Amino acid sequence: MSPASPEIPTDRPPLAALADPPVIAPGHTFATITDKISAIVLTRGTPLGWFVGFAIAFAFLMMFLMAVTWLFIKGVGIWGINVPVAWGFAIVNFVWWIGIGHAGTLISAILLLLHQRWRTSINRFAEAMTLFAVACAGMFPVLHMGRPWLAYWLFPYPNSMSVWPQFRSPLVWDVFAVSTYATVSAMFWFIGLIPDLATLRDRSTSATKRVIYGVLALGWRGSARHWARYEAAYLLLAGLATPLVISVHTVVSFDFAIAIVPGWHTTIFPPYFVAGAIYSGFAMVLTLAIPIRAAYGLKDFITDRHLENMAKIMLATGLIVAYGYSIEAFMSWYSGNTYERYMYWNRLTGPYWPAFWMLIATNIVTPQLLWLKRVRRNVPLLFAISLVVNTGMWLERFVIVVTSLHRDYLPSSWGMYYPTMWDWFTYLGTLGLFVVLLFLFLRFLPMISIFEMRTLLPESKVKE
Amino acid sequence: MLYGLMAEFDNPDTLVAASRRARQEGYRRLDAYTPFPIEELHEALDAHRTGVPLLVLIGGIVGGLTGYGLQYWVSAVAYPLNIGGRPFHSWPSFIPVTFEMTVLFASLTAVFGMLALNKLPKPYHPVFNAPRFALATRDRFFLCIEAEDPKFDAAATRRFLESCAPREVTDVEQ
Repeated sequence: MSPASPEIPTDRPPLAALADPPVIAPGHTFATITDKISAIVLTRGTPLGWFVGFAIAFAFLMMFLMAVTWLFIKGVGIWGINVPVAWGFAIVNFVWWIGIGHAGTLISAILLLLHQRWRTSINRFAEAMTLFAVACAGMFPVLHMGRPWLAYWLFPYPNSMSVWPQFRSPLVWDVFAVSTYATVSAMFWFIGLIPDLATLRDRSTSATKRVIYGVLALGWRGSARHWARYEAAYLLLAGLATPLVISVHTVVSFDFAIAIVPGWHTTIFPPYFVAGAIYSGFAMVLTLAIPIRAAYGLKDFITDRHLENMAKIMLATGLIVAYGYSIEAFMSWYSGNTYERYMYWNRLTGPYWPAFWMLIATNIVTPQLLWLKRVRRNVPLLFAISLVVNTGMWLERFVIVVTSLHRDYLPSSWGMYYPTMWDWFTYLGTLGLFVVLLFLFLRFLPMISIFEMRTLLPESKVKE
Repeated sequence: MLYGLMAEFDNPDTLVAASRRARQEGYRRLDAYTPFPIEELHEALDAHRTGVPLLVLIGGIVGGLTGYGLQYWVSAVAYPLNIGGRPFHSWPSFIPVTFEMTVLFASLTAVFGMLALNKLPKPYHPVFNAPRFALATRDRFFLCIEAEDPKFDAAATRRFLESCAPREVTDVEQ
């Protein structure tokens, strides 16, 4: 905010603050914020809609269990993968899910470092989204291994076979990147929860809840000396998570870019994967935030300004993704490389042309509507666009994985990939897992960071 | 046995003012309890030097060395494999894992270091005996001067705290 010019009295809010809707509705106090958010968990009871939604998601989760059980019995042959397309849905879904997770870290870490105070009301559930999306993502490479029960072979540990992982392979880097990301995201989320768990402990009326939240709060008592160390640790974690999140999708893009397959072997992949990850992640945050704030009456805290800011970030990252696509197209022509040129021509006009053109329509064309303020302020339309972008980002990974692999250098080794119903069951099943975890989170933990919301009030600033 | 005297305040301003005065009066064994972090309070209580950043730096360095050392040892000593004619010690390939291990160790140190320095988890603490202390996680601000403070005197300290405009001052039992 620009400093007030001399003729404006200092007790009047600067003009910029009047133009934008606030990040928290007026009239709240420390007590009302605390009570409103903790009541969702402690006193308001479970709405009927929660049970309906949970039941549907749980059905999908059971479908996932069935698909995975059958996979364990029969092996990966039940999927549509083959040679040449050995990476089918599993890797498409892995990259999609991990990308979705990235917006959570961006909101909680990068926007914290940039002093974007509007992030406060959305960071908690965005972090939860990260955690659950990484859980879904992590399933796929493991299930794809064929013998998932040997997944621990990926980690370096002294073993009786005297073999070690091959550290020149990006797939091993991926193991380290994703497991570090999952660990750090979980710690960041839990550390953020501790003061709020203490609030729930102190506000619960039943002894059971007090014990459970009390154990989870680790005896937090809000001591000023504790807060000082807490803030230092939280800020450092944010600083560490920021390069981490960028490194994770960079390493994911290395899984492709280090290979020599036409359509994968390109240096634009790391930045354009990172931008795509944030793009899809913000789309998912909007997809979740819009129904949640309506269902729980949280429009005081998640205001239209939040939605608009997220729409702007989507537009910006979407344009970076569009730039990535155009550079891919340009380089395949400019390189003069026959295989690269054919690869791109095959994407445009080959057997998978509908996926490519749908990708352009969903990921590049539709989001251009976000240039209009009217669209960014239109909540139902924003929700629809977020769903379109989620689909588009899934299609992007499908196009990258499948169209590149199915026709590489030798026409004699070309092939086609068609997902089977087991591919679909597994994919839709992880959506069920994601929603089940999210519903449990909404029911049992404060979905908005209570202690950070308190700091948004002017009363929290010490007047000397 | 008395653990200390607890004063309850309505807002952060009076709490910070009271904490500053208490330090000036010579009290050293005191702590404030608030529903959110207050920067000025860290200074008033001389608590802003936390030791966490140094620990995290050490954690990160150890993580980086561990990551790189592990890869060097595995790839060049324990299990040398010729991959496309690259040297066994092919350091550019070792950068991503070194970076991830640096971040992992630094983050683990930040979290567990912070908890250890705060002596958490702690299932019991006397301040919870103060009546209305549950509001410290909602909307009230507390200052506790502990009985172990050399300058502590039940009557004089109570008089001092009552002069700081609190809502009330109560005894906290051990």
